Amino acid sequence: MTFRFRDLLALEPLSADELTFLLDQSRPFQAIQRNPLKKLATLRGKTVALAFFENSTRTRISFGTAASRLGADTMNLQAESSSVKKGESLLDTVHTLDAMKPDCLVMRHAASGAADFVARHLEIPVINAGDGTHEHPSQGLLDALTIRDRKGSLSNLNITILGDISHSRVARSNIHLLAKFGCRFTLCGPAMWVPRELESIGPPGASIRRVFRIEEALEDADVVLVLRVQTERLHEPALSAADYILLYQLNSERLRHAKSDAIVLHPGPMNRGVEITPEVADSPQSCVLEQVTNGIAVRMSLLFLLTSGPTEETSAPSAEAQPKESANATD
Amino acid sequence: MLLIKGGRVIDPATQTDATRDVLLDGDKIVEVVQPGKISQDVSTEIFEATGLIVAPGFIDLHAHLREPGQESSETIETGTRAAASGGFTAICCMPNTKPVNDNASVTRFILDRAKATASVRVWPIGAASVGSKGEAIAEIAAMKQAGIVAVSDDGKPIATAKLTRQVMDYCRSLDLVVIEHSEDVSLAAGAVMREGVTSTRLGLAGMPAAAESVCVARDVQLVELTGARLHVAHLSAKASLEQVRWAKQRGLPVTCEVTPHHFTLIDEDVQYDSRYKMNPPLAAREDRDALIAGLADGAVDAIATDHAPHEPALKDVEFDRAPFGILGFETGMALALEQLVHAGKISLMRMVELFTTGPARVLGIERKIAAGQPADLTVFSTTHEWTYDVKQSPSKSRNSPFDGRTFKGGPVATIVAGRIGYKM
Repeated sequence: MTFRFRDLLALEPLSADELTFLLDQSRPFQAIQRNPLKKLATLRGKTVALAFFENSTRTRISFGTAASRLGADTMNLQAESSSVKKGESLLDTVHTLDAMKPDCLVMRHAASGAADFVARHLEIPVINAGDGTHEHPSQGLLDALTIRDRKGSLSNLNITILGDISHSRVARSNIHLLAKFGCRFTLCGPAMWVPRELESIGPPGASIRRVFRIEEALEDADVVLVLRVQTERLHEPALSAADYILLYQLNSERLRHAKSDAIVLHPGPMNRGVEITPEVADSPQSCVLEQVTNGIAVRMSLLFLLTSGPTEETSAPSAEAQPKESANATD
Repeated sequence: MLLIKGGRVIDPATQTDATRDVLLDGDKIVEVVQPGKISQDVSTEIFEATGLIVAPGFIDLHAHLREPGQESSETIETGTRAAASGGFTAICCMPNTKPVNDNASVTRFILDRAKATASVRVWPIGAASVGSKGEAIAEIAAMKQAGIVAVSDDGKPIATAKLTRQVMDYCRSLDLVVIEHSEDVSLAAGAVMREGVTSTRLGLAGMPAAAESVCVARDVQLVELTGARLHVAHLSAKASLEQVRWAKQRGLPVTCEVTPHHFTLIDEDVQYDSRYKMNPPLAAREDRDALIAGLADGAVDAIATDHAPHEPALKDVEFDRAPFGILGFETGMALALEQLVHAGKISLMRMVELFTTGPARVLGIERKIAAGQPADLTVFSTTHEWTYDVKQSPSKSRNSPFDGRTFKGGPVATIVAGRIGYKM
């Protein structure tokens, strides 16, 4: 199979087969993360432009590390230091970057659709590292990889998402990916943050429902995805942390309503004591650190796939320590 | 003398739908008679209109010409050339220029520029409040004397219910219609499109239909209080139309207009392409269907383009940052033919009404093809195929979602005050 897209802007347009292909492509790169020497020469001579128009620490470091572990060079543009502050248009900024001849552009931007807009104007591949409240495709892939490792398969799982789903690009990418494997979604949070239109954003026939009582929402869950609640700002309308904690904080007692082998994901950074208790965050059910490691693997595979040009599946670097069957990353 | 020969005259005012010769002398219509009855002398210019429709001159109640102040996006000269090529003989320009048309000197400037450069009649609309800021009432009487045809704070609603009431009281005494951009700005704050499944899927901030309809409801109540004439601009929501229907049933002087893009496109068409970004935003499918029903049954009084040019540098940005508005003059008639007439929703007579007697009634004027009337005529075809190429537009801007669309029928000639202002 070859990947039919030049860019990775969203998971919504990808089929289950294409998503499986992307996840499978990440597996050898997962193995590399366990090697004492992690650096490959696969993309030596290539340059990856990292343009983060919105503040980001972990995603930027993750993409940067992924590029360097493939042997690629990086160019960095960050919002604070950039010409954006001087009033340059997005198009002028990315055309300037493009003129420095990178082989690929990884971009994050506060406006939904910004990566899509830029991709229409550039020849090089664009990877969306998060656009506004639209999608965060590499996060969706790393979450799915983590779930598949733990559960053995993505088919027919019950997924509960907690928090401000309306403003979450992570939730959207997860829904677009996992719904194609028959997963059923329960969305739970304050009603203002979980508008009814969310029930209709998935592919045809997708099972997405809203439940406003957390105990009920967690019933029979295989996977609980906890979203970050930013108490300091955002979230229209604002809600007091006390109210959120009272109604929606994921604690051990509430987690008992989920299946006994349920896993907990969080895209980070966590607000311990707000959306999740430390006890749950540090429990064996929590996958947060595996998510981070898998993030590098997913991003290495995306950079490899999109910047090395059209290639055969077999030319993907094979790792010595490739895990057999469905690896459980905790073992 | 100009003889428009052998055309099918469609005139809603006189309910004429027949082949007629129309003779113009100077800026007046002098004769409308059965073909062949007019004895022409050698000095008579002939316009062969066989196979074409001859209608009263089309009026656009809602346009932005950007002069003074934003001439890089449009001028009175370029905008009216686009209007002429769209079949419009008169256009009402909204006051949100820089400076705002909130006093007689700006009104006179616009009319002077129009006299010097315009291809069609320019009828300015004055601001309701000073600077359209929603605080003090503008110099409406002085502007009326200078030539405004209506008042509006378009771009936004008149800020408060109290000021709206006062403007209505004042305009009633001056016999001017108040045109409202109906929007509850708190409900619409930050929104870049209509709220719905599409906005939720795209992660774009949406405004609910109620952002428009609560303002229409407020204004209808104020019409009941004041007796003023209210015209709802670019009505987009089913719920708003229901408010207008309710008002009309009560006999209140409330009218409304619908834009071609709102009866053609819906929110599902938005794909991060700023050419689909306007305010009010593209609505839901059921709103579009309700608008078409209202255009057919008379609840809607006029089609208005809301021609809103923005130069490419302003529009070619992230969807969130792009200004609201799209071009409208050149595609309005063709979209009405495509979506309404050819689709079997309304008759040709009704379509002509929506562009002529409908808007004229909103302004309180007459529009018909009869001896003694102004020689303003729109000649169009219902059959010829053509493709809109925005790069060829006389407008200074390029922000049209209809670029590249092929139409069946459209403007052939625009005659303003007896002169051919545009010919295909």
